[in-house]
Amino acid sequence: MIPVRLAYAALSLLVVSILVFVATQALPGDAAVAKLGKNATPEALESFRNLYHLNESMPAQYIHWLGNILQGELGNSLATGGSVSTLISQHVVNSLVLLLFTGIISIPIAIAIGIFTAIRRGRASDHVTSITLLVVTALPEFVLGVALIVLLATSIFHLFPAVSPLDPSRSVFSQLELTVLPTLTLVLLVLPYIARTVRACMVEALDSEYVSMARLKGMPERRVVLRHALPNIAGPTFQVIAQSLAFLAGGIVVVEAVFQYPGIGEAFVSAVQSRDLPVIQALALLLAAFYVIVNLFADVGTVAMTPTLRKGAR
Amino acid sequence: MQIEPTAEAPVVPAPVEEAPLAPVKSLAGKGGFRELLRNTLRLREGKIGLALVLFVLAVAFLGPFFAPHDPSTVIAAPYTSPNSNALLGTDNLGRDVLSRFLHGGAVLLLLAFAATVVGVGTGTLLGLIAGYRRGFRGEFIMRSLDVVLSFPSLLLALLFLSLLGPKLWLIVLVVAASHTPYVARVVESSTLGLTGRGFVRYTEMIGLSRWRIMSGEILPNILAPLTVQFGLRLTYSIALIASLAYLGFGRPAPAVDWGMMINENQANIVASPLPVVVPIIAIAIITIGSNLLTDAFGRAGGIDLGREGEA
Repeated sequence: MIPVRLAYAALSLLVVSILVFVATQALPGDAAVAKLGKNATPEALESFRNLYHLNESMPAQYIHWLGNILQGELGNSLATGGSVSTLISQHVVNSLVLLLFTGIISIPIAIAIGIFTAIRRGRASDHVTSITLLVVTALPEFVLGVALIVLLATSIFHLFPAVSPLDPSRSVFSQLELTVLPTLTLVLLVLPYIARTVRACMVEALDSEYVSMARLKGMPERRVVLRHALPNIAGPTFQVIAQSLAFLAGGIVVVEAVFQYPGIGEAFVSAVQSRDLPVIQALALLLAAFYVIVNLFADVGTVAMTPTLRKGAR
Repeated sequence: MQIEPTAEAPVVPAPVEEAPLAPVKSLAGKGGFRELLRNTLRLREGKIGLALVLFVLAVAFLGPFFAPHDPSTVIAAPYTSPNSNALLGTDNLGRDVLSRFLHGGAVLLLLAFAATVVGVGTGTLLGLIAGYRRGFRGEFIMRSLDVVLSFPSLLLALLFLSLLGPKLWLIVLVVAASHTPYVARVVESSTLGLTGRGFVRYTEMIGLSRWRIMSGEILPNILAPLTVQFGLRLTYSIALIASLAYLGFGRPAPAVDWGMMINENQANIVASPLPVVVPIIAIAIITIGSNLLTDAFGRAGGIDLGREGEA
């Protein structure tokens, strides 16, 4: 099971890298002419092509390109001329900060909401929470983000800045007020998924025979929920948390663009707008790798946490 | 975790103990489906959802006939406050917000609908083949779709749109492609549950072709989960296409689009919120409405709304 899953993850990454490579190759134009200008001598163009392996076949070029990427050489940005890796490293840190805050805030709240609504199943508080979560899940990322700006950053409540362009000369930790709204948006994106899954699993667990047994023994309800039901939903809960975080690889792109927060998502959108190919390639690969690896982690972790799946594992 | 058939699973449908070999029409045939729709609209959630969806559809498709101005004509200074000439004020270039709003929904919703039809259609076809034929063919289809799943759909869409330009067919295609794997998964597992049933085995014995069995026997019996998928995917199509327009990868300039309106006017949101708030509310209402409707349908049919991967 796990080796098969690993092989699929590796295959997925390989296909993604081929896709990114082929997609960027499909663009018209000669890279050598574009780089050296129309007046370059034929000799200069020839040596440039040799230097970057442009004369070789497409598969050979792909191998060279992949080899460079694996060694961390991502090339230079067409827009600024700077090295792509230095250019994106600060953005990666900024995005990770958002992800970290989102995880720390959303996971405990979502689990608490899930358990609470499962215990109060069928009551008014459960219905209200369910409908609210359903409404929030329906909204696109940018609608949530802009709605929060309207509510919390304009005339209604002027609590936070409407955009979050970090000052690059200072650490993100010294400008935390700028991370509040992007983090809040991301929390609202993942929280409903986790809470709904936890509720569904908890409802199932509370209907089970071992829970009835524990109750019949006279065990306090609190202990039944926390010691008997909760450990049994650890597997699916872990899986939905990891999947939600993986899903943020897509969500963060829009949310950072909404708030002009300088993370990898915002960098990706502006690179796409200016067609800065090396940056597009690097960021698309990075986000896809994050997505594949976190999903892999989700599956492997779920198997490890669920004894019945573990036994059946090949 | 979804339990998937292994490569060694028998190609021939496994014998089923309880099912007699009679031409029993099972589950939700056509009558059952209508019943299901009626039950959906009996739920309060379903009624509210349908009302919200119809309201936005009416605004988007009838709106253009009631627009007081041309959506691209400058009628006043930028960000003029609401007045008798421009009921919702003007936008960043001085165009009438109300007229732009009334013109900005139709194509967005049509694109979303087209993308959903294409995506759900391909997903259903692949899922039926994978679930009914199983064996090597099924494995190959499902594993290839898993690879597609390994790329966040928004990234895929942005990548292709940035390279090939914002073309209508491309928007429909990339959004459809992001739906196919999820739909195929659901259809495959529903189909697997039917292949050993009596009525399917009966039609096999009387020698109907595989296509007849898939389209005439299996498809009508998985309509309910398929409808749920269609609803979920439609909500998501609207979100994704509006997001692409918001990020500046929708249709180019003379076209109007709710996502684009939000993008254009966000910079001045503090002083002049209306040009942003109105389209935001419209998108929110239709996505919430279709989500409520889908949820009500799922509840009426007792279908598990596996919301996995709505990303």
